[in-house]
Amino acid sequence: MSTHDLHGSGGPHGSDAVEDEFAGVGDTVASATRVTPGHALRPEDIALSAAPADEDTATYALWLGDDALILAQRLAWWISRAPEMEEDVALGNIALDLLGHARSFLTYAAKFSGKTEDDLAYWREDTEFTNLRITEQPNGDFGATIARQLLFATYQELLYSALTSSTDETMAGIAAKALKEVAYHVDHATQWMLRLGDGTPESHERVQRGLDVMWPYVEEMFADEELTTRLAERGVAVVPSSLREEWLRRVTAVIEESTLSVPTAKAALAHSRAGDHSEHLGYLLAEMQVLARKHPGATW
Amino acid sequence: MTTTREDQLRSIAATVNDPEIPVLSIEDLGILRDVRTEGDGVVVTITPTYSGCPAMDTIADDLRIAFREAGYADARVELTLSPAWTTDWMSQEGKGKLAAYGIAPPTGIRDGSRVRVGMSVKCPHCDSLDTREISHFGSTSCKALYVCNACHEPFDHFKVI
Repeated sequence: MSTHDLHGSGGPHGSDAVEDEFAGVGDTVASATRVTPGHALRPEDIALSAAPADEDTATYALWLGDDALILAQRLAWWISRAPEMEEDVALGNIALDLLGHARSFLTYAAKFSGKTEDDLAYWREDTEFTNLRITEQPNGDFGATIARQLLFATYQELLYSALTSSTDETMAGIAAKALKEVAYHVDHATQWMLRLGDGTPESHERVQRGLDVMWPYVEEMFADEELTTRLAERGVAVVPSSLREEWLRRVTAVIEESTLSVPTAKAALAHSRAGDHSEHLGYLLAEMQVLARKHPGATW
Repeated sequence: MTTTREDQLRSIAATVNDPEIPVLSIEDLGILRDVRTEGDGVVVTITPTYSGCPAMDTIADDLRIAFREAGYADARVELTLSPAWTTDWMSQEGKGKLAAYGIAPPTGIRDGSRVRVGMSVKCPHCDSLDTREISHFGSTSCKALYVCNACHEPFDHFKVI
């Protein structure tokens, strides 16, 4: 992702003959996270064929994109720090999946306002982010990270599952793709919950503490908003509260099988979708955005 | 026997291999969804295996280069997310190539079901069915890490999605 085309105009990139040959083919704005040089295929290309979203749908896409982006940034931290190397790889892979979902959602959201995914990711301030607070909470120890993965991936699985029948074809397409990947995330979290919860007294206590720490942010995932209600009437969005019962059933089953207790902590009050965040988001964004802001237009 | 222009174009596209798994063409993998002409140009439609798969960028570049070398200067690559890719689309030939390359191919059929039947994964080195998963997630998004209990060799398994 990058904010500005390196060459300013979206014109030919560099002097490489192949690049010149294909200049302008579905590639008007360079993206800094392109792994390969040349004219990469990016979520913008997805959006080329899709009609732009209306304002409500664009905002909804922004919400879901922000959730995925912020959690991806959190999880990527674990690379080289997880308890075992396989977990570096696993959490890195999960983060990459989430980043893929974020790019699709944010691209769709950005199309409405004539921006790019990078404008949204790198050039908004913390109060302009709409992610749920559970995604921005510090990773804590591995137990807390796994607890959040269970709570949030289960929510995403139910949400995307319902969104596959959205009347908005782009949202339905992104959700159908993401759903398959999120099913693996749920499985990963479930297996770790069982191992940690039903493991040693130390692992049991730490994953329980992780659940307790994350629980106050659960309620917000199921808070209905005027926007979701309006969009649900048109069949575009899912009413968040409609997911709660099934979510609780699934999460409770895993928690109990792991010999852990479902927390009873009260909900933390705030309104993330309106830009109210915990202090943690600012630090996360500082790290995520510094390179793009320090070197506008840089690609890496 | 006559081949249509569409067949010819498809065979050009099918020369492009997956950069991460170079023994598989994008056709073997099932990510080549459509090749069609549009005016004087060619439009190739591919679908990603995983949302964040970085190989898609390389594949798109390789497709444009393959068509340019075949005389089609105006080749456009489109990405479609829907319908979402499934390992069910991988060809039998592709699965054979994977196994010969040392990667256990996807087992069973996903077929829209949420329930993944746990089938044994055969070790690509010694053919033993006595294997176990070390990690759901491997060197690329599409693979899981396994080890063989018989020959003790680790290997990649292409996940069923």
